[in-house]
Amino acid sequence: MYEVIGQVSRVLGPVIHAKGITKAQMLELVEVGEDRLIGEIVRLQGNEITVQVYEDTTGLAPGAKVYGSGMPLSVELGPGLLSSIYDGVQRPLEVIKAQSGQYIHRGVRIPSIDRQKKWSFTPVARAGDRIEPGQVLGTVQETEQVIHKIMAPPNISGEIKTMITEGEYTVETTIAVIKAASGENEISMIQRWPVRQGRPIQERLPSDIPLITGQRVIDTLFPVAKGGAVAVPGGFGTGKTMVEHQVAKWSDADVVVYIGCGERGNEITDVLQEFPKLTDPRSGRPLMERTILIANTSNMPVAAREASIYTGITMAEYYRDQGFHVAIMADSSSRWAEALRELSGRMEEMPAEEGFPAYLPTRLAEFYERAGMVKTLSGETGSVTIVGAVSPPGGDFSEPVTQHTKRFVRAFWALDRDLANARHYPAISWLDSYSEYVQDITPWWTENVDSEWPELRREILDLLQREERLQQVVKLVGADVLPDSQRLILDVCDLFKNAFLQQSAFDQIDTYATVQRQVKMLKIIVTYYRLGAEAIQQGATLMKLRRLRVLSELSKMKFSIANDEADKLDTLQQRLEREMRRLGEIYAGF
Amino acid sequence: MPDSDKKLYSAREYQGIQQIVGPLLFIENIHDVGYNELVEIRDTRGNERLGVILETSEGAAVVQVFEGTTGLALDQTRVRFRGEPLQLPVNREMLGRVFDGLGRPIDGGPAPVAQERRNVNGSPINPTARTYPTKFIQTGISAIDGMNTLVRGQKLPVFSGSGLPHNRVTAQIVRQAKIVGEEVNFAVVFAAMGVKHDVARFFIDNFEETGVLENVVLFLSLADSPSVERLMTPRTALTMAEYLAFEEDMHVLVILTDMTNYCEALREISTLRGEIPSRKSYPGYLYSDLASLYERAGMVEGSEGSITQVPILTMPNDDISHPIPDLTGYITEGQIVLERDLFQKGIYPPIAGLPSLSRLMKDGIGPGMTREDHAHIASQLFAAYAKVKDVRALASVIGEEELTPLDNTYLEFGNMFEKEFLSQKEDEERSIEDTLDIGWKVISHLPKEELYRISEEELIKYYGK
Ligand SMILES: Nc1ncnc2c1ncn2[C@@H]1O[C@H](COP(=O)(O)OP(=O)(O)OP(=O)(O)O)[C@@H](O)[C@H]1O
Ligand SMILES: [Mg+2]
Repeated sequence: MYEVIGQVSRVLGPVIHAKGITKAQMLELVEVGEDRLIGEIVRLQGNEITVQVYEDTTGLAPGAKVYGSGMPLSVELGPGLLSSIYDGVQRPLEVIKAQSGQYIHRGVRIPSIDRQKKWSFTPVARAGDRIEPGQVLGTVQETEQVIHKIMAPPNISGEIKTMITEGEYTVETTIAVIKAASGENEISMIQRWPVRQGRPIQERLPSDIPLITGQRVIDTLFPVAKGGAVAVPGGFGTGKTMVEHQVAKWSDADVVVYIGCGERGNEITDVLQEFPKLTDPRSGRPLMERTILIANTSNMPVAAREASIYTGITMAEYYRDQGFHVAIMADSSSRWAEALRELSGRMEEMPAEEGFPAYLPTRLAEFYERAGMVKTLSGETGSVTIVGAVSPPGGDFSEPVTQHTKRFVRAFWALDRDLANARHYPAISWLDSYSEYVQDITPWWTENVDSEWPELRREILDLLQREERLQQVVKLVGADVLPDSQRLILDVCDLFKNAFLQQSAFDQIDTYATVQRQVKMLKIIVTYYRLGAEAIQQGATLMKLRRLRVLSELSKMKFSIANDEADKLDTLQQRLEREMRRLGEIYAGF
Repeated sequence: MPDSDKKLYSAREYQGIQQIVGPLLFIENIHDVGYNELVEIRDTRGNERLGVILETSEGAAVVQVFEGTTGLALDQTRVRFRGEPLQLPVNREMLGRVFDGLGRPIDGGPAPVAQERRNVNGSPINPTARTYPTKFIQTGISAIDGMNTLVRGQKLPVFSGSGLPHNRVTAQIVRQAKIVGEEVNFAVVFAAMGVKHDVARFFIDNFEETGVLENVVLFLSLADSPSVERLMTPRTALTMAEYLAFEEDMHVLVILTDMTNYCEALREISTLRGEIPSRKSYPGYLYSDLASLYERAGMVEGSEGSITQVPILTMPNDDISHPIPDLTGYITEGQIVLERDLFQKGIYPPIAGLPSLSRLMKDGIGPGMTREDHAHIASQLFAAYAKVKDVRALASVIGEEELTPLDNTYLEFGNMFEKEFLSQKEDEERSIEDTLDIGWKVISHLPKEELYRISEEELIKYYGK
């Protein structure tokens, strides 16, 4: 398939130039030199090309041959992706380890999807059926939870000439022959798809169902919808990766694609060790079974880091096309943008802001646009939700990547340095964060969880705003001068922050909260405010309120009451009301 | 070009170069040479220097000379291309020896004869081959053990400022670091980049006093060595460390000082090459470049050893958002930040309470490793100390008299925390139990209701005891 198309003329780190080009196309996959390093053509100019190389180019010299593949950089899609771990250009890291040990060497060529493994295939379509693009031909039980649909590739339609019978087959077996106008197509369980091109759909649907993450500050205050896109910006150590890990673990997605893009090796190892042991709260199956990992860590080649985002989103779309809700985490999109900048610099392009190429916003938009709730070609509903971490230099959100990303996402979980320093995790700022999905998903909450949700949520947000203004006063004159009615607001907000917003990822009980538990906890805290304000109006003092026995239970309810004990929260709510009422009664007489 | 051809070509010597700019040579009319490979340069007196190819095109190359270009002439300089990247011979006998930044002995001893030579640039560790670090290292320093626990295989830098005692703190860590109840096969790899002789001397004396010098390998590229050599120093050092850890199964502690000097050298080259600068004119690839060093830490399957990295860097102007600490913090697994305010108050070690962080702490502490209350007491100390900072800010506006009684209690707690918990002597080695007990002692100054991060059982067991 590969043939010589030219010779290297210049090597500049991961970017090389080649000349004497006979035939080449933009974004074509190529191999370079004796080690057959993989690369992609990023510029065509007369009979010269520029190639970004996905492997270390040490030792590469002018004169080395460049081999063209005639096709764009693509990923393999088919059963066996789940539970796998790949590098940025979809090389299977486990298999590489088995072959070449602890270090990743250059020029390794291993198929992304196991060719030997047999899958039990059940046909759905039959010979004689008329097949449209994306139509389901058969199914494979990929994991306990996931029934993988083998679909006609998006560019093929026609009549099924032959269809294989139910049985155990390897992914390369021809399962169907489709007679199209252009000739006969042999269809196997594997498709290839160019990573930089979104997979086609029938139409976009509104995003009105929340992606439940089990993280209270997210689900209750700044929710993201299935099919939505959210950015998580924050300086180093503020908790981006932890947020991504928590969402990857606990969100109610069917499939999770986790991209470690230019980040730490140990964080991937952490996922690899933890996910097989953790169980999905909904299915009871190990989390790893629904997860695909892409690891192009910071010390791996920078061009492959640039590709890793596309590799990941293409896989996500492929599962979406089967009617699944997919969540994709990109940690960190800034490292991807920096890879873009580095490659652009080596290509001697004109820089725009902070050295980033002028097309940075376009690329960001293209990526985030691939999120969405859709009607698939086969008529099912599926979604891709993107959660992109952003690592602004110096933690300054005015830098280009954060600013441009903001234009293309509708939710923003801003991590705050001061909160992180005080070990208030997740350090998602309740003042700087927002979600434009709230409106769209409110009906879901009122119908499925609690009709009071919008009101409770609005009330607590309002209190937080008022607290912020009061804090300005406190900073100048101290809290002592405020009347009790206002100091109550400070107290309630403190309680809300400590007992609700703060959520430890490391605590067995606290790490994940069901929506029922969230709304009940919220209601308890709001009730404390409502009744407390009433009592104070009737003459009770804040001191008295603070001494209520039930209060210490409120502040520790997140640790003491587990997801399956939500009724204990009802009891707590009743006790709170009782104690408050009693307090009110004492003063009501005056 | 096949390796055999490269060998053949490596015998060829070229005379004359086209241009010299700072430490860069522009050479033409040569055979096609490989990117990132080693170059030998001979000046008129026949002295050899080494360089590396930064860019190669047909019959031409850009070479960066490690020793600098002072004294090189255009037409008399002779050049040979080795056809391979810089390699370091590695063996166990190198323990106790001193090398320059390129791995050449400078202790008067013979060059090591080793079976194995390794490319100093290393190769990325396959993330699936890593073992997640979880073993608690007791440094005997409360601020670290109690609140920013170091684990074996972690990369935990010290962020300092000029004049702050980072060398003393680091030396104390090296002296005291141990895994409780375990005798190990350990080594220290020490790389100095652009620091003064007395700094190197301080560490060497320290190693000598504690009797570990024969377990130390030193790579020194001091302030008076050419700045470009610094770019290779951490690479040779880490190549040594990888060998000792992953082939010889040793637990290796790597000290890299001062990373700021390393970054300066990188900026110098980048500017000379006319590359598009990023923040503060550091190159856009500073992050990736630093990552290629810091990620060479950890543990891997199939090997008993480990690499724990403690890079030291001085923050220009004490500014933690400066690109060097900033990008370092984005790569390492936490940071120990030294604070000038504490230092001026006479507190040693002046380890900042809030911005310091150990990300691997969670898996290295708790029952069976340190103690069951560790996570909660640490978290509570952070929260309470954060509150202290707020109260202090408030007090500076309205005066201490106007504070609420609770706020005053926080102020007292803050002082106790700094004087009793953070402060300790340079030769004081606290056990983890002592550290946690002191933590409880100071936190017990606060009323129970304030300790919302601590469980009921823990309060019963430890509060006020
Ligand atoms: N929800 C949480 N619960 C408990 N601890 C947390 C939580 N979130 C963050 N942390 C703590 O904060 C540390 C840093 O978090 P994390 O590694 O996610 O930061 P980051 O923003 O990804 O940093 P970087 O940009 O450097 O990668 C973690 O190691 C952990 O100790
Ligand atoms: Mg992170």
